[in-house]
Amino acid sequence: MAEYILETRGITKHFPGVLANDSVDIKIREGEIHSIIGENGAGKTTLMNIIYGIIRPDRGEIFYKGKKVEISNPSVAIKLGIGMVHQHFMLVPPFTVWENIILGREVTKRGILDKDSVCSELKRLMKDYGLSVPLDEKVEDLSVGICQKVELIKLLYRGAELLILDEPTALLVPQETEELFEILDNLKRQGKTIIFISHKLKEVLRISDRITVMRRGKVVGELDGKEADEETLARLMIGKTLESQKLETYERGEETLRLEGIRLPPRLKNINLTLYKGEILGLAGIEGNGQRELLEIITGLLIPESGRIFYKNRELKHLDPRTLREIGIGFIPEDRQRTGLILDFTVAENIILGRHYKEPYTVRGRLNLPVIKKTATDIVKEYDIRTSTVDKYVRFLSGGNQQKVILGREFYSQPEILIASQPTRGLDIGATEMIHKLLLSARKKGMSILLYSSDLDEIMTLSDRIAVIYNGEIVGVLSPKEIDETTLGLYMTGARKD
Amino acid sequence: MLRRILISILAPFLAVLLAFSVGAIVIYILGENPLYVYKILLVNSVTKVDGWGYVLFNATPLIFSGLAVALAFKGGLFNIGVEGQIYIGAFACAWFGITFDVHPLIGIPVGLIFAMIFGGLWGVIAGYLKARFGAHEVINTIMLNFIAIALTNYLVNNPFKEPGQINPIPQTKELFSGSIIPRVYPLFNRIGINLSPSVPLNYTFFIAIFFCILVWYFLERTRWGYEIKAVGLNPRASRYGGINPNYIIILTMFLSGALGGLAGVNDVMGYRHRFLDGFSRGTGFTGIAVALLGKNNPIGIVFASILFGILDRGALAMDVFTNTPRELIRVIQAIIIIFVAIGNEFIFRLLQRLERESE
Repeated sequence: MAEYILETRGITKHFPGVLANDSVDIKIREGEIHSIIGENGAGKTTLMNIIYGIIRPDRGEIFYKGKKVEISNPSVAIKLGIGMVHQHFMLVPPFTVWENIILGREVTKRGILDKDSVCSELKRLMKDYGLSVPLDEKVEDLSVGICQKVELIKLLYRGAELLILDEPTALLVPQETEELFEILDNLKRQGKTIIFISHKLKEVLRISDRITVMRRGKVVGELDGKEADEETLARLMIGKTLESQKLETYERGEETLRLEGIRLPPRLKNINLTLYKGEILGLAGIEGNGQRELLEIITGLLIPESGRIFYKNRELKHLDPRTLREIGIGFIPEDRQRTGLILDFTVAENIILGRHYKEPYTVRGRLNLPVIKKTATDIVKEYDIRTSTVDKYVRFLSGGNQQKVILGREFYSQPEILIASQPTRGLDIGATEMIHKLLLSARKKGMSILLYSSDLDEIMTLSDRIAVIYNGEIVGVLSPKEIDETTLGLYMTGARKD
Repeated sequence: MLRRILISILAPFLAVLLAFSVGAIVIYILGENPLYVYKILLVNSVTKVDGWGYVLFNATPLIFSGLAVALAFKGGLFNIGVEGQIYIGAFACAWFGITFDVHPLIGIPVGLIFAMIFGGLWGVIAGYLKARFGAHEVINTIMLNFIAIALTNYLVNNPFKEPGQINPIPQTKELFSGSIIPRVYPLFNRIGINLSPSVPLNYTFFIAIFFCILVWYFLERTRWGYEIKAVGLNPRASRYGGINPNYIIILTMFLSGALGGLAGVNDVMGYRHRFLDGFSRGTGFTGIAVALLGKNNPIGIVFASILFGILDRGALAMDVFTNTPRELIRVIQAIIIIFVAIGNEFIFRLLQRLERESE
């Protein structure tokens, strides 16, 4: 019986309008790394929230170490030895690392926090599991990768045996991901069981002992990690085979956007870049080398200290978002929830954002509701946005569907230039594929696209040219056909420069 | 959806009930019979036509001041300065009324516009400081309240003091008849409602209702309402969407201040027909409670204002007909306000959670 540390039987959960989990049976063996994969909205997170006691299922049973358990809230789960690292970290930024770790389980000596004994225990834990974090630093000063380790130590400190990681790699750079995997392997050797939620197939194949695939709330397959391959998994996940994207031949058109000597200390030193009609210009760079600032300048959110921007050889004097949109630039911002959308606005209200003040959406100051609703309905249909109505708050849509709202909005006005920052970050295969197709067909129709992505695969397959940014400067404009990822890496780290 | 509406109605209702229960305990401790006290409170407000007349009269400035707070709140701003905007607006329309002798068709609308423009400009000061320097509007609107009260106090004591005045509280001279908003009793009597001529309820009440509809329409159906709500919910995404948040902050504070200014009209143009020093006595602050209880919704604000109107009217009756000391009535009123404001939020969340769990 104890072969399975965790078993669910017939877990079913309805949300208004969706069947999030439909009679889900999963079996997790003790001491394995078990991946649960599926597209966004497949029900992975719902299932994990049920196991962790955040959501109560409508039906179904959970067995932990062979015994039937009622997990009514997270503290029950913690007591049983189940720990979860959420997609969004549950840390208090101004607190130090050790303060965060003990939060909720403070050790005190005569009412005063006993830092010495806590830290010595934490040091022992870190040594045992080969995890090291700076205990005295404030969480707000740490990178995402380190925060994740802090979350892991927090779980271990509370005695977790079964660790649930909900999309832990979504925000990590490749090196950090690799490091995380080493830690997970190590934890496994120490006898911990790990549930790994992801939709990145390469990672899943790299790390899993077993893989459970979910689709539309159901378990559609359980495979051995060694026997599985990317194609099988993808087919199970999306119910069809993947088409590989091919770039058609690239003919450089006329110049559309030209940046000259853009400076914004301390991040941007001197940026010169030209974008042509009908191309995808990839922007590659390691986080923090100025790409975000550069894109925000082109979006009009930041004002450069000096430098000039030309649109079709005409200098742009007023760089504010409205003017830039009016001349035909579309934006897909990196942070869709903070910048791209107003979460407490409806789908329809978000779809008009940026053009809401113009006809046909506004006529003499009044919002033209029938037109707005019709446009929104058309876009929802065309881009397959899964929502019951266009009057639903965007907050209640899944990440992929939120991104589709932005895409629909930006493509609907058929901009000549599109600035896309991390357009597929955190999205599943189906949505990513759709976005790639959209970008490529727009390019074919003559759109100029500036694409920034931290996913080098994406940059390499989609771009006609790749501009590498390092330390606030463009250090090279390369052709993806002539270079490989290693060379690109040399430019990105500043080891090579043209 | 229907359930959500039901909850948003049920929550304030339960909060009021809870507030009255706690009020009852206090009354009991003080040796009075709570049932008797509450009976007095209600008999003199809601069982008689004249009582209702007073209730609606009391509610009129609260509707404006609640709308002022709610509109600012939609734009992400906390306008604590309605009290000051009331004084400024009231003085502006009073000045117009004592200076220009015009026909009512001109006098009344222009008086209203004066109250709106000056109240609005008073609000804009805090809006501009926020937009330009990032100075927090809460601090600045509070400070502007003191300035507004002191300024109108100076004006009514010096250049605009009524000559030969006997009243110990300083006031201006009476408005010309062209700027006076008439009482409603002639109309009510004609349609068979027996309202006494002594009841000060005047047409400002209907103007307030009209503004409720106007504010709702503005927020839900116009481009500017859309932009105000967008900035209130997410300034960064609004900027990305081509909206200039600084401009919207100033606009929001103007409109909120204009509504605040209108809250001074009932007293000046509709009741006393002059500006009386210190007349508002916290209407602007009660507006915060009204907006909270009404969930920033114009219809909710009308009902919340009526409730506070009942309390005001009832307080007077309790003072006259029961042995509870005068100060205590204020205490009980305050308890009710606190419970309504906080309890409402608490119960709303509780009901929301119950709903979520039952799903």
